[in-house]
Amino acid sequence: MFAGALDKRPQGGPRWLDDLRNRGAARFAALGIPTVRDEEWRFTNVSPIGAIDFTPAGQISGTAERLNGFAYTDAPVRLVVVNGRFDTTLSRLKGLPPGVHAGSLGDALKDYADIVQRYFGQLADVQTRSFTALNTAFVQDGAFIHVPDGVTVEAPIHVVFVTGSDDGHVMAHPRTLVVAGAGSQVTVIESYVGGAGETYFSNAVSEVFVGENAGVDHYKVQQESLDAFHVGALHAHTSRSARFSSHSFALGGRIARNDASAILDGEGGECTLNGLYLADRERLIDNHTTIDHAKPHCGSHEVYKGILGGRSRAVFNGKIIVRQDAQKTDAKQTNRALLLTDGATINTKPQLEIFADDVKCTHGAAIGQLDDEAIFYLRARGMTYAEARDMLIHAFAGQVLDGVAVEPLRTALEAELFDQLAKDLAEADGAGK
Amino acid sequence: MLDIRNLQVRADDKDILKGIDLHVNAGEVHAIMGPNGSGKSTLARALSGHPEYAVTGGEVTFEGKDLLAMDPDERAREGVFMAFQYPVEIAGVNNANFLKAALNAKRKHNGQPELDAYEFISLVKEKSKLLEIDDSMLKRAVNEGFSGGEKKRNEIFQLALLEPRLAILDETDSGLDIDALKLVSAGVNAMRSPDRAFIVVTHYQRLLAYIVPDYVHVLSGGKIVKSGGKELALELEAKGYGWIDAA
Repeated sequence: MFAGALDKRPQGGPRWLDDLRNRGAARFAALGIPTVRDEEWRFTNVSPIGAIDFTPAGQISGTAERLNGFAYTDAPVRLVVVNGRFDTTLSRLKGLPPGVHAGSLGDALKDYADIVQRYFGQLADVQTRSFTALNTAFVQDGAFIHVPDGVTVEAPIHVVFVTGSDDGHVMAHPRTLVVAGAGSQVTVIESYVGGAGETYFSNAVSEVFVGENAGVDHYKVQQESLDAFHVGALHAHTSRSARFSSHSFALGGRIARNDASAILDGEGGECTLNGLYLADRERLIDNHTTIDHAKPHCGSHEVYKGILGGRSRAVFNGKIIVRQDAQKTDAKQTNRALLLTDGATINTKPQLEIFADDVKCTHGAAIGQLDDEAIFYLRARGMTYAEARDMLIHAFAGQVLDGVAVEPLRTALEAELFDQLAKDLAEADGAGK
Repeated sequence: MLDIRNLQVRADDKDILKGIDLHVNAGEVHAIMGPNGSGKSTLARALSGHPEYAVTGGEVTFEGKDLLAMDPDERAREGVFMAFQYPVEIAGVNNANFLKAALNAKRKHNGQPELDAYEFISLVKEKSKLLEIDDSMLKRAVNEGFSGGEKKRNEIFQLALLEPRLAILDETDSGLDIDALKLVSAGVNAMRSPDRAFIVVTHYQRLLAYIVPDYVHVLSGGKIVKSGGKELALELEAKGYGWIDAA
């Protein structure tokens, strides 16, 4: 699979990186693209990705225009990565506090060699994860953010990954490394975008290290082309008393798989994993989350919500591991899905692996349709069917949207969500009231 | 204002209303009484357009328009309001936002400009006193976690804000203690006017001591079997419903 492409993978840079790329390539060759026989991919058939002869993405035209029309891509601090390559012209790096570095991962391999070597690839496992192996085989550039100890970065840093081509089917392997020093604070937004109607494959890997008593708020906004394939893995590691929050919004992609994993590896850590996804047509959105409570006195909160229309499918798998030492763990997981049509389906599974005895772990799943009585109540107060339905969908999504602390991002996401919903619901309106 | 002729309604595969005739003029208060299962609430819900109540015969005109041809939301915007027997809890929808959306839906329909935040708050302040609606009830989700009394007060509060032409109260008194009943009744009485009509559906005479009707109709077996003035309610209270069915 992708054998021709693998031969054209980048080379050079530090020796350790070349070794890692070779390992990634070898592991991908051995593992191949996962099949539904693999437990982690049981409900997500990614064979359509293997069926297309994707070639490594190169230079493309009109990149500035390709940023238009997506949520908050006009952020004041912006890193733009096009087809995996950092774009200096489109990136805006002014206004960051002294000592804070945000820029090209390729450059950082030289300028921040020690830090990159210490952290890169420590969380993203090439041994067992085939798409991570594939991403690693192609590592050359991407985004690198480093916040020194004790520094607070007020402005959110928005990394926009653009994938596309002028012709042909391409694949890109976006890569992000975030290292937040002790007592630091930073907000990172990762957006994944592509041209409407383009069929491409975006295979992203991000690693986030949250130092002692530091805080990182991470947002992922997946707005790939509705004909594209997206596989993304986010890995976070927290030290003592660190706080990490992840807010994932999956709006695009024909098949989109999102893995969010956090290891709470220091006492007193706090982790939030929230997600909102929207699937319509025949699209498939798969969210796999893992929270690994490795140390005592950590808390984790997880809310994933999905809105499904058309004949779409969704998968949610929420794994919580509580290690033997992780006493006084407090973990809460909620996952809910709203099915707008009879044709939409979801497979949902909480997965708790608890090896400590003094812990509090709760999980709940609810799948349902819009409440007819609530719709009637709103209509009896003068709202049209469409207004009533939008109000209820808004309320459903609100719990996750309200957690977005970056106000312009929240506003943009709300607009995107309802813009996309409106198109699908217009069809549904014809069918029933 | 409202003309109901030979109205027949089916719900749950059963014929419930079997030919109702009722004429309501502006300014009048009509009480609909009757034993359980007589079809009182069915009448209220059918008039508001609930999708589970199918009209199988008859006509209803409201201000000269065919009410039955309208969607529930159209009826509401035209000025028909039903206070629910069981107000619905709507998680995640802030009560104040809900009230504002309802008000603006109607204003838009009437060709009035939508209220801005300041105008809305002023109006809410003015109308909330009588019904003792406090800030917390506005900030919470619609009816969520409200006590029975709070839910009914919230219904009448909506009535006061929306100023309908016709208000239908569906067993608004059920489950209320005497203090809440007085509060709700005072809210309703404050809304009585020569331009507005009320249909008050109730099982008990108790409510009618506070909301004094002009006419009382007794429903039994899906038909109005007796109509009279407010004294009919007292007669029912004294004798029960048994004598109606026997008659």
